[in-house]
Amino acid sequence: MGPAAGGGEALLSLRGISKHFGPVQALADVTFDIPAGRVTALIGDNGAGKSVLIKCIAGIHAPDAGEFLWEGQPAHIRNPVDASTLGIETVHQDLALCNNLDIVQNMFLGRERVRHLALDEEDMEKAAAKTLAGLAVTTVRSIRQPVASLSGGQRQSVAIAKAVLWNSKLVIMDEPTAALGVAQTAMVLSLVRRLADRGLAVMLVSHNMNDVFEVADRVAVLRLGRLVTVKPAAELDRQIVVDLMTTGASTRDVNPPSQPGVQP
Amino acid sequence: MSKIDGLPMIGDPNAEGALADASAGADIAVGPELVANSLGEYLRVAVSRVKGGDSGILPVVGGLILISALFQSLNSHFLTSGNLVNLLIQGAVFMLLAMGQVYALLLGEIDLSIGFVSGIGGIVTAELVKQSTGWPWWAAIIVALLVCATIGAVQGTIITRVGLPSFVVTLAGLLGFQGVMLLILGNGGSVPINDKVINDLASGNLTPAATWAVLLGVVAAFGVRTWRREEGRRASGLVAPPRSLTVVKVAGALGAAVVVALICNADRGTLVPIRGLPWVVLIVLAVLTAWTLLLGRTKFGRYVYAIGGNAEAARRAGVRLARIRTMAFTLSSFTAGIAGIVYASRLRSVSTALDGGTLVLYAVAAAVIGGASLFGGRGKAIHAVLGGLVIAAIDNGMGLQGYSAAAKYVVTALVLLAAVTIDAVARRGRTSR
Repeated sequence: MGPAAGGGEALLSLRGISKHFGPVQALADVTFDIPAGRVTALIGDNGAGKSVLIKCIAGIHAPDAGEFLWEGQPAHIRNPVDASTLGIETVHQDLALCNNLDIVQNMFLGRERVRHLALDEEDMEKAAAKTLAGLAVTTVRSIRQPVASLSGGQRQSVAIAKAVLWNSKLVIMDEPTAALGVAQTAMVLSLVRRLADRGLAVMLVSHNMNDVFEVADRVAVLRLGRLVTVKPAAELDRQIVVDLMTTGASTRDVNPPSQPGVQP
Repeated sequence: MSKIDGLPMIGDPNAEGALADASAGADIAVGPELVANSLGEYLRVAVSRVKGGDSGILPVVGGLILISALFQSLNSHFLTSGNLVNLLIQGAVFMLLAMGQVYALLLGEIDLSIGFVSGIGGIVTAELVKQSTGWPWWAAIIVALLVCATIGAVQGTIITRVGLPSFVVTLAGLLGFQGVMLLILGNGGSVPINDKVINDLASGNLTPAATWAVLLGVVAAFGVRTWRREEGRRASGLVAPPRSLTVVKVAGALGAAVVVALICNADRGTLVPIRGLPWVVLIVLAVLTAWTLLLGRTKFGRYVYAIGGNAEAARRAGVRLARIRTMAFTLSSFTAGIAGIVYASRLRSVSTALDGGTLVLYAVAAAVIGGASLFGGRGKAIHAVLGGLVIAAIDNGMGLQGYSAAAKYVVTALVLLAAVTIDAVARRGRTSR
């Protein structure tokens, strides 16, 4: 089982990423690959280092040791601009949307298109509509309605579409379903799936086992700053992942003899 | 492409019928122009939005009509040409100050200094055009506006770079610039203005022919621009209001222009005939147009709204918060400078009687009555103008009835309370969604 288990070409490879804050070792020698066209779930208990790891990838923290390979080439991610230049976009848990602005205005915030000194609203609206249609985000009544009038799932969809709009190649999502109900969770998860099907690499940080096993192709488990394992989701189940998260090992078998469903 | 929950795809050419079905439920949070396909439907959605407390300029326009009807029934002099033009001139200072205040309010901040900053603008102009200095009027105005803009930039820099609350910094400005005014004018002193152009800003009128030409020109420009933009949006399949609404908008502007022209061109003189549109109305229109375009059509304006809505989101999107905030406070003081020059022009002098404290509170009241939010992120220049009209109408109408200043303050306070209550209730309605 290589580092790119269950995936195609590695888009981003993490090699020995370490980070400590004072005496606290937040990440120790984390090595795994994030392939394009796959949903890689990053999972771990509180304090396992998930947030620190995605902040390192997003350029918010600089690792103390280790390197990133982007499409096989060594890459330096020292700040958020470096990350977005490479094509890495992060959807934070709090979404960072302006309630008083409409969907188009939010999607283009900070990167407005301008023509003759004035905002090119038509161009932006067309691009936003195209991106949303491409992601099959169809439940919004008008893309000119303020974000304040959207449901939680629709907001999450807008935040994701905003990340996708920039020809990003890797989208990192931090707990995208944490605040959502059942129907909206399903809507967001299917959107996550479509991103991967479009060839993007998706990294999904989640506590929720249901979400992980519904949508992830691969699962990386962190425990106390160390990578416990990274495997195709089919080779794991909920109970194994819980064991790995809490103790760092599992003696269970994914295929109990009574259910001979999955071939080795 | 599949349809989810029976709602239409974006860009789906068959979506129109579905949209009409959807909006029959009248979602108050969505602008009526976004979901309506016909005028009747637009009106229905708009009314449901007013009931929901999020209604744009309709309440203030309604309030204005109500106030006018009330004062007219009390005193038939209220709706005469002479009084209405007078009301416009009186209200111009409130409107201009409120348009400055809107920049601070949009950020969720407040600028308490603009009353006395406008006084500084008036003094600088008066001092520069008086006999012993002898500057040309235009140079005096430019310098006065630059001084005011600099004051705003300094206050904005202190607020953003040192990180002090705008309330405190501009309160210091309110006290400090009152002191500066007293220092320049001397106790109870005043500086008269004898420059004809400066005095004409508030008291001069266009000729009746020029009044028609200017007002119809403004409507034509507005009409062509609106028509072309909305027609273009409809042609490109973008979100656009129904064509009938565009027609109503342009026709409404034309009607308003004709009424204003007729009022202004009626003879309102007592000894000699006085006709024509006061220059000050043009000044208000020019500032209104400039700030509407700046706020609605530029990156700067978009960032002002974004900061007022969610400063952290704007910061993460790469917006330079300190720079935008400082610029907003600069524009606030700059606009106050224009108001100060108009104020000085109306009185043909600047004196220590200028009460910047009351002026700034009237400016905040005007902006909020007009529909700007005290909590940031919502408001337009037009709100300041309409709110300024309401305050001027109350002031003027109660003056005609012979009420004292005390009664005017109380009534203005009640109107302000009503407006803030509407704002707060609307806000609660929005956030509880």
